[in-house]
Amino acid sequence: MNQNIIELTGLTKTYGSFIAVDHLSLTIRKGEIYGLLGPNGAGKSTAILMMLGLTDPSSGSVKVCGIDSTTNPIEVKRKVGYLPEDVGFYDDYTGLENLIYTAQLNGFPLNRAREKAEQLLIRVGLTDAANKKTGKYSRGMRQRLGFADVLIKSPEVIILDEPTLGIDPRGVREFLDLIVKLSKEDSHTVLLSSHHLHQVQEVCDRVGLFIGGKLIAEGDIHSLSRKLFSDQPFSIQVGIKFYADKKGSEQDHATPERLKDSIKKIEGVLTAQLSNNTLHIGCSHDATDEIVRVIVDSGAGVTFLNKKEYGLDDIYNRFFEEFDDHE
Amino acid sequence: MTGNVKNNASLWLTQTAEFLKNFNILKKSGSDSRIIHPYMVIVNKEISDHVRSWRFIILFILIALTCLGSVYIALANIGDAVKSSDPDNPFLFLKLFTVSDGTLPAFFVFVSFLGPLLGISLGFDAINSEKNKGTLSRILAQPVPRDYLINAKFTAALYVISVMLFSLGFLVMGFGLTMTGIPPTPEEFLRVVFFIVVSIFYVSFWLNLSILFSVLFHQPATSALSGIAVWLFFTVFYSIIVNVIAKAAAPSVTATAQQVVNYHEFILNLLRVLPSQLFSDATTTLLMPSVRSLGPLTMEQIVGTLPGPLPLGQSLLIVWPQITGLIAATIICFALSYISFMRREIRSR
Repeated sequence: MNQNIIELTGLTKTYGSFIAVDHLSLTIRKGEIYGLLGPNGAGKSTAILMMLGLTDPSSGSVKVCGIDSTTNPIEVKRKVGYLPEDVGFYDDYTGLENLIYTAQLNGFPLNRAREKAEQLLIRVGLTDAANKKTGKYSRGMRQRLGFADVLIKSPEVIILDEPTLGIDPRGVREFLDLIVKLSKEDSHTVLLSSHHLHQVQEVCDRVGLFIGGKLIAEGDIHSLSRKLFSDQPFSIQVGIKFYADKKGSEQDHATPERLKDSIKKIEGVLTAQLSNNTLHIGCSHDATDEIVRVIVDSGAGVTFLNKKEYGLDDIYNRFFEEFDDHE
Repeated sequence: MTGNVKNNASLWLTQTAEFLKNFNILKKSGSDSRIIHPYMVIVNKEISDHVRSWRFIILFILIALTCLGSVYIALANIGDAVKSSDPDNPFLFLKLFTVSDGTLPAFFVFVSFLGPLLGISLGFDAINSEKNKGTLSRILAQPVPRDYLINAKFTAALYVISVMLFSLGFLVMGFGLTMTGIPPTPEEFLRVVFFIVVSIFYVSFWLNLSILFSVLFHQPATSALSGIAVWLFFTVFYSIIVNVIAKAAAPSVTATAQQVVNYHEFILNLLRVLPSQLFSDATTTLLMPSVRSLGPLTMEQIVGTLPGPLPLGQSLLIVWPQITGLIAATIICFALSYISFMRREIRSR
């Protein structure tokens, strides 16, 4: 199960003086769904093209299913289904005919090709549109047909380049569910690239952050956030209500400064900032109960409490900041 | 009795129908379960795309109509052509392709004029339209060698052109046969076949040139325009330029015979850069057996010769350099497009 199905070592691609992919090393195990994340122009597509042998690397090596993609692309293409970004079909042909053509290119005889194409159209939910010309397909339908087109050769690995680009939110959800469902059913390995974090977060087993041609971080979302926010992995927001002056209780009167000071004294609290009656606290371990007790004891009220978990968005932004700093 | 016959007949009919149906099913399932080589899959698709495309239908109608027109003119004037004492008289049938009264060009002139248009229109969007449609990266992600696509595009267009030119040529022959009642001799037939083959080479040169442009340029419109520009340059401007050079380089009145001959050969060689010149040299020699040389002949060479037709082998020998030149130009264009396509990075859209 832990067999490496895609292995990139020191992969580099330069266009003149521009480095599109910079010493990329990456391994993807059999059966996992891997998300390659990065902004536009990060070199995701170039890396994918090199995996398929559609462009030659400047240096380094690519192995897919143990086959070198640069020297033996045809064998690789037998095992890899690739859905290019913004996939196109022959507009004068129906969806079914387009699929049959692909199947025939993969060496299926006509009757098997038709059988398989019809089955796949049912699986991706395009039965009604099977005999419609693809020129009349919507973007979402084209993407589904593209996925059927990828599956028709029963690939071991599926590579999807920006599969969710240009589909409406509901369509994205359905499409990603489809990818997960079908790939788990047939136990495909999936590599998908995207700059949409949330979507990828939901479906991927592991993600790799890819910026400026470099793989900056890799792992599942938890380990990524632990790695990134190692100084303050827990972040808590507390809404504070300060009561109006109570005569004679000078001693207990909570002022923002005093409250801040007392919170900073709690063990594990690293930072505390107050703005607009909201307290932002960063701490090294989960100290929520302690914090709330201190606030209430000080005589102030708690209006809301929010334990913040770092998602991909924060991870992404954080990396961008760091990357920009390096520039 | 009649009822019996009727019954028998209907029984026979149903049986035959049944048999045919079975046969069809057999045949169908037989061809359906056959694995077609991926290369042939692409070729088949390209051929059907060409044949179904409007541009091919329009060009076919255009060329067929001009063919019929030129054959009509040729048939109307063939009588006059026979009366004059010319050595091509035994080859009456070939005159169908060459005779004209000046109102409409002869068949072979039409081919030399419309052939480039046919070639350019079948090839100018071969690769770039696939890229613009986003199908190129999808097809090349299938387990087929990359050159299959470009080779299949060429093969399919060549196939379509060959079928079209052969059928037109044979149609013209058929017309001539029915209208004049004179059957062609085997030699005439072979000459026509060679003429058609040379025409196919000529059209495929333009086809490959436009495929080259379709690899180089991303917009189909750009590649179509560059193809047409090259064609216009070769048909109109190149001969003007050659004329200017000819005037400037013209030998003086006192020049020796050798100098004059050299000069004429120089001008001819300049013209022979033109594929259309190669084509018209080759076709006139093939269709007019009395043509003995394509360059200047001195008096010594002519003295003692009887004006008469050459045998087919000799005519072929005369035009061999022309044919080789045409094939070479075709192959160079194809090789260039092949190389630039194979080294191309295939990005989506």
